[in-house]
Amino acid sequence: MSKAVLMQGNEAVVEGAIAAGARFFAGYPITPSTEIAEQSALRLPQVGGTFIQMEDELASVAAVLGASAAGVKAFTATSGPGFSLMQENIGYGMMAEIPCVIVDVQRTGPSTGLATSPSQGDYMQARWGTHGDHPVIALSPSSVLEAYRLTVRAFNLSEKYRTPVILLMDEIVGHMREGVTLPNPNELIINSRKMSFHDGANKQCYFVPEGQYVPAMKPFGRGERYNVTGLAHDVSGFPTNDNAVAGANIKRLLDKVEKNADDIIRTEEILLDDAETAVVCFGGTKRAAMDAIAALREKGEKVGLFRPVTVWPFPEKQLREKCAHVRRLLVVEHNHGQMLLQVQRAAAPAQRVDFLGRIDGTVITPDDIIAAIEGKEGEYHAQ
Amino acid sequence: MPSDLVHLFMRIDHLPHIWCPGCGNGTIMRDVAVAIQELIDDPEISLNRENVVIVSGIGCSSRAAGYLDFNSIHTTHGRAIAFASGIKLANPKLNVIVLTGDGDCSAIGGNHLIHAARRNLGLTVIAFNNNIYGMTGGQYSPTTPNGDRATTAPYGNVDRPFDIANLATGAGASFAARGDVYHVRETIDIIKEAILHKGFSLVDVYSVCPTYYGRKNKKGDAVKMLAWQRDNLIPTAKYYHMSENERAGKKIIGILSYNDYPEYTEEYARVIERASGGKKGGAAK
Amino acid sequence: MGGRKRLVIESRWCKGCGICAAFCPAEALELSGDKVRLKEEGRCVLCGMCEMRCPDYAIYLVNLEE
Repeated sequence: MSKAVLMQGNEAVVEGAIAAGARFFAGYPITPSTEIAEQSALRLPQVGGTFIQMEDELASVAAVLGASAAGVKAFTATSGPGFSLMQENIGYGMMAEIPCVIVDVQRTGPSTGLATSPSQGDYMQARWGTHGDHPVIALSPSSVLEAYRLTVRAFNLSEKYRTPVILLMDEIVGHMREGVTLPNPNELIINSRKMSFHDGANKQCYFVPEGQYVPAMKPFGRGERYNVTGLAHDVSGFPTNDNAVAGANIKRLLDKVEKNADDIIRTEEILLDDAETAVVCFGGTKRAAMDAIAALREKGEKVGLFRPVTVWPFPEKQLREKCAHVRRLLVVEHNHGQMLLQVQRAAAPAQRVDFLGRIDGTVITPDDIIAAIEGKEGEYHAQ
Repeated sequence: MPSDLVHLFMRIDHLPHIWCPGCGNGTIMRDVAVAIQELIDDPEISLNRENVVIVSGIGCSSRAAGYLDFNSIHTTHGRAIAFASGIKLANPKLNVIVLTGDGDCSAIGGNHLIHAARRNLGLTVIAFNNNIYGMTGGQYSPTTPNGDRATTAPYGNVDRPFDIANLATGAGASFAARGDVYHVRETIDIIKEAILHKGFSLVDVYSVCPTYYGRKNKKGDAVKMLAWQRDNLIPTAKYYHMSENERAGKKIIGILSYNDYPEYTEEYARVIERASGGKKGGAAK
Repeated sequence: MGGRKRLVIESRWCKGCGICAAFCPAEALELSGDKVRLKEEGRCVLCGMCEMRCPDYAIYLVNLEE
């Protein structure tokens, strides 16, 4: 597929998933993610894969984890209310180390909210939605092509680190149609989980060699009768009440993401070298930011962009490095200030951190951003 | 030295199990192991042990997954059937057996039970039905009889109970059965039939919980509770020879509903065939 | 199957629920404290009902020869 096609962000996710080797989707209809389910129902059986519409989102993510444990790359897609329902089993996937991809096409909340309106209000839910301390990888695309590429990357990271990965989309990108030229799937780098079979007496299915963080997997039905549980467990996969063992295992789960942050984190910097002001945003918000930056640059104002592509773990070190010379950081999000908190933690004491957000379901415009940059100091909430 | 059966099919290092004295769950777990052994040993069936996947949820029943020496996954509360659905769809050749409880499969997981039954997805669900939440200390469940006591029903249970086998039948299950922990041989045979059944199968096995349900309701110890099962749960063959009068207050055990509906993964294989134009799609690598 | 069998009681696994003794057709078993035991040699008819109902796998029959 190398000719340009007109495609929606949600459709690009499905093409990316198939290119990454996904052959299982379980989901439940919810605006504005439904096209991902519809397209999966159409496309997966064409490549020998399986689509199933489950009875709810709890079942959807459970089926995805089951399919992955049985050896098939799997994903689901949802939006705010459904994402909330999925949280318990997302934590199970992290604890039991079962790879999968969860796509959240964000809409305006809380609750049923504004079902068809864009939002980035699940930024913190993506990080802290499930209970307990846990590792999280979340990626956020800002274009249709990037939705494709980051879906592939979400699967790759999920397989490499044996953990659920969240693709944090927003309605802007999910429903946006763009002409895209998808890469030839043969040119993509595809990672698949490391497997281990029949390591003899060593029935330690969560065994991790010294200096590594990720155990190899043993899918069901291949002659290794191991146990999987969401309870605190030891290397054998069986529950333990030994606090030292339980604590060390959770520490390893956190470390496998934290210690590999440089491998996981991707950021984008545009016109940042000479910038005095940096717009910090993620996902679909980049589109308005780029128009605003172009307009301000024409007027001679030194404005650039810093965008976390990996939104979790938050690229704190990268922000500090790339924006060290910047006097002012303007965080722009379609929420009431969620990534703002991360930016405030990362910013140098001398740097000014301002905020522009929206919670009314409308889209932040380039004019809103220009007004915020040219306006007076302090927090600026668009209404 | 435990018996050969226990040696062969259970994880000795993790036994004795955590269940209370007289708890029926150990008996049901053994029934499952015997059923599998007999299907492996039967030359006409030759069940492949490595294809057996045991899936459980949360609760007393669900600890069984850790004790049985097969591919096993102990999932979240209520979601065992949903996890099992993903496993079966990803690899239809697996014999996926769900071990669950009355709360796990008919309260928090009730939605998954009825929808798996409706789809006729080829899972075998064994409900360890002890009429109570044991793991949390004796709260009423969807199968606690009306009027009975539980820690959350100190004045008697106002709810009316589910009959899980009838519930599954109503949801369209192609196989629904009832067993217990007194009629062990009959229950093993029912479980064998359930595993062999191509579509969705459910066996509602009446367990006993002397510690919480029995004590709260003055039903006596495990022996008395089993004696009640002996006297009031009647195997199918005998039941059909009983008069209306004799049947009063008694319940039947055996296969209660059976249908030859198309199985879901076989039907979906036809979808793949149609969608891919007959080409074999590349399996995920 | 067939051949000579013997009853084995694994006392460490017995939780003393009394099910095996209560439903033994030969009334060959009894509780002693919180463990089950055979009342007297020869009384057991080797039917295996105890093994089928024991929730703790503490009583069972073994085949004496291959």
